Amino acid sequence: MTQLTLSKAINAGLRRALEVDEKVVLMGEDIGKLGGVFRVTDGLQADFGPNRVIDAPLAESGMLGTAIGLAYRGYRPVVEIQFDGFIFPAFNQIITQISKMHARTRGAVKLPITIRVPFGGGIGSVEHHSESPEAYFAHTPGLRVVSCSNSQDAYTMIQQAIASDDPVLFFEPKRRYWSKGEVDQLAETEQPSMERAQVVNSGTDVTLVTYGPLVMTAKDAALAAADDGVSVEVIDLRSLSPIDFDTVAASVRKTGRLVITHEAQQFLGLGAEIAASITERCFDYLEAAPARVTGFDVPYPAAKLEEHYLPNLDRMLDAVDRVLGRRNSLSDWSHAS
Amino acid sequence: MSTIQPETSLSNHLHDERAIPTEPMVDGTSVPPGEASADFLQLLTPDGHRTPNADYDPWVADVDVASLVRLYEDHVVVRRIDTEAMHLQRQGQLGLWAPLLGQEAAQIGSARSLRSDDFVFSSYRENAVAYCRGVDFTDLMRVWRGNSHSGWDPYEINMAIPSVIIGTQALHATGYAMGCQFDGGDQVAIAYFGDGATSQGDISEAMVFAARFQAPVVFFCQNNQWAISEPVERQARIAIANRAPGFGIPSIRVDGNDVLAVMAVTRRAIERARTGGGPTFIEAVTYRMGPHTTSDDPTRYRNKEELDEWSVKDPIKRLEAHLSSMGALTDEVRAEVQAKADSVAAEVRAGTLGLTDPESLSIFDHVLSTESSWLERQKSQYSAYLDMFEGGAR
Repeated sequence: MTQLTLSKAINAGLRRALEVDEKVVLMGEDIGKLGGVFRVTDGLQADFGPNRVIDAPLAESGMLGTAIGLAYRGYRPVVEIQFDGFIFPAFNQIITQISKMHARTRGAVKLPITIRVPFGGGIGSVEHHSESPEAYFAHTPGLRVVSCSNSQDAYTMIQQAIASDDPVLFFEPKRRYWSKGEVDQLAETEQPSMERAQVVNSGTDVTLVTYGPLVMTAKDAALAAADDGVSVEVIDLRSLSPIDFDTVAASVRKTGRLVITHEAQQFLGLGAEIAASITERCFDYLEAAPARVTGFDVPYPAAKLEEHYLPNLDRMLDAVDRVLGRRNSLSDWSHAS
Repeated sequence: MSTIQPETSLSNHLHDERAIPTEPMVDGTSVPPGEASADFLQLLTPDGHRTPNADYDPWVADVDVASLVRLYEDHVVVRRIDTEAMHLQRQGQLGLWAPLLGQEAAQIGSARSLRSDDFVFSSYRENAVAYCRGVDFTDLMRVWRGNSHSGWDPYEINMAIPSVIIGTQALHATGYAMGCQFDGGDQVAIAYFGDGATSQGDISEAMVFAARFQAPVVFFCQNNQWAISEPVERQARIAIANRAPGFGIPSIRVDGNDVLAVMAVTRRAIERARTGGGPTFIEAVTYRMGPHTTSDDPTRYRNKEELDEWSVKDPIKRLEAHLSSMGALTDEVRAEVQAKADSVAAEVRAGTLGLTDPESLSIFDHVLSTESSWLERQKSQYSAYLDMFEGGAR
């Protein structure tokens, strides 16, 4: 076991993937000498050379389009998108080509492309640097969408994503890049599959579902709720498409109450799908309507305003109170709609 | 005859990515993008006369009479299939068809220049390329009949499933070529696209990547003058071939209705790519004599005079005139070629009519490489729903 920051854990996972499979190539803007703007690929080009850790021309569609050609040739490209909001020039290649190729060719062509996306806010950055675009991709059949929340998952899930024969959107919680955690680098195959959700805090009163950067916040919220005598079960989804509904449903059948929280906007977000699907499956078990704690349906605001946009511990606790039918100091506000 | 761009040599600087062409380019900026009577390479005039060319004759020196007859057969067979497909569509047997009428030489001349282990990335009109790669046309008809989104296994014939979204495939070809380069193979990738596609950013990005990595890729642009109803003047102010040198990629403009000239420039481009010389951009000037697809009505946007003008330059007429001038187009040859074409067309028709509809629940297949419980749930629910109908609704 070693202590690694989340970004170092991804780095270690990428290094391992480059070591075990010579067909793995990394491509991205500034990922070579600079090591990426977040230093996630630090030192990899020096050790594996410029043909395996490729500083790409500044063109996202170009990167994903050539990644398709490389994958056709038998490579496993891992493409770094510098920031969440920069992925859209590549949207066409991802949606019209990458997601559909396997079904289009009836399984003949596999595109094992991993698309690494630092995502989410909370770093006080400028426009296009703090977004959560995961729902666009989760909406599209043929893509796997995952997000890690801790160092161990970062290390193992990036390797699982690269080893997957499917294209994988790998969302990295950029504001947690510097959070440290224990990583067991020897046992990656024994780690749970990236397809499975994980219960990261056991509880009996309310199920709080989240992923990525908010897992840490949700765990803190569960601790705070416990002080107040409320037992919150926190689920880290890990896979956003497909979603491990069995794990979520099992928890909701136990607690009878569901809160979903994510940074992405609410409208047609992951929370909407989870609320609907769990309601369909667990209607008879629900004691209250599912609640969502999300970003608002506005463009991601300027840095000085992002604290009003981002779900935080108090907003999560308020939602927990609401599904429990408990009044709190915010009740007038929270019931205003 | 002059080409717009001199072929600037990159071969002396194979491993130096800074080696971009530095010689001044011949000014081709006054050539309109649709111009097709000057400033391109032509080895066979429309009346079949062979024009000598010191630079390019060596590239087709091995093309003897027998080879020309085989190329002629390709042209006739492909046009015959095209005609049959138009009929099948009009008879309600195909949902849509995108005819290649008039573009046979550009496609056959280039495709017959490839090695079987080279890899093709194309758009949806490259039916002659598919023919040259050995596609079973009944499989291709699956797509146009609406049975499937793909007609073949790309790895069996080294040709990707055509891209419908314009220009995307140029990047795929470039990436594939980068892969060839990385793993030390001497295979080459070729990207087919049209004049309309050159307005797409992906074509420009493909040239950026190809030039940056000196990837072994050939960009083969068929300037067929029309992107549905928009003439090439809507896409470009000057000849399209002029763009590539700005990316550091040598380019050449060729008479796309002259199979010999197309073959010469493609062979040269492929050889350059194969030997580490990097990408080449070819603009084959041709003409889409038919509609964009069977859903299109070209009489709304272009006149008969234009069609008449281009029909004089027809690639098959030209090849026939050339073969005749050599005494090689005997009645026997004509009859044999026609018989082959008719027989292939009959096979395509029978094959198309014999296609069985896909199984309803196959819509759930191959979404991911492994089964997902999410989709299995939808599939089983829909299956149960279908079973509720008397006699089954499948």
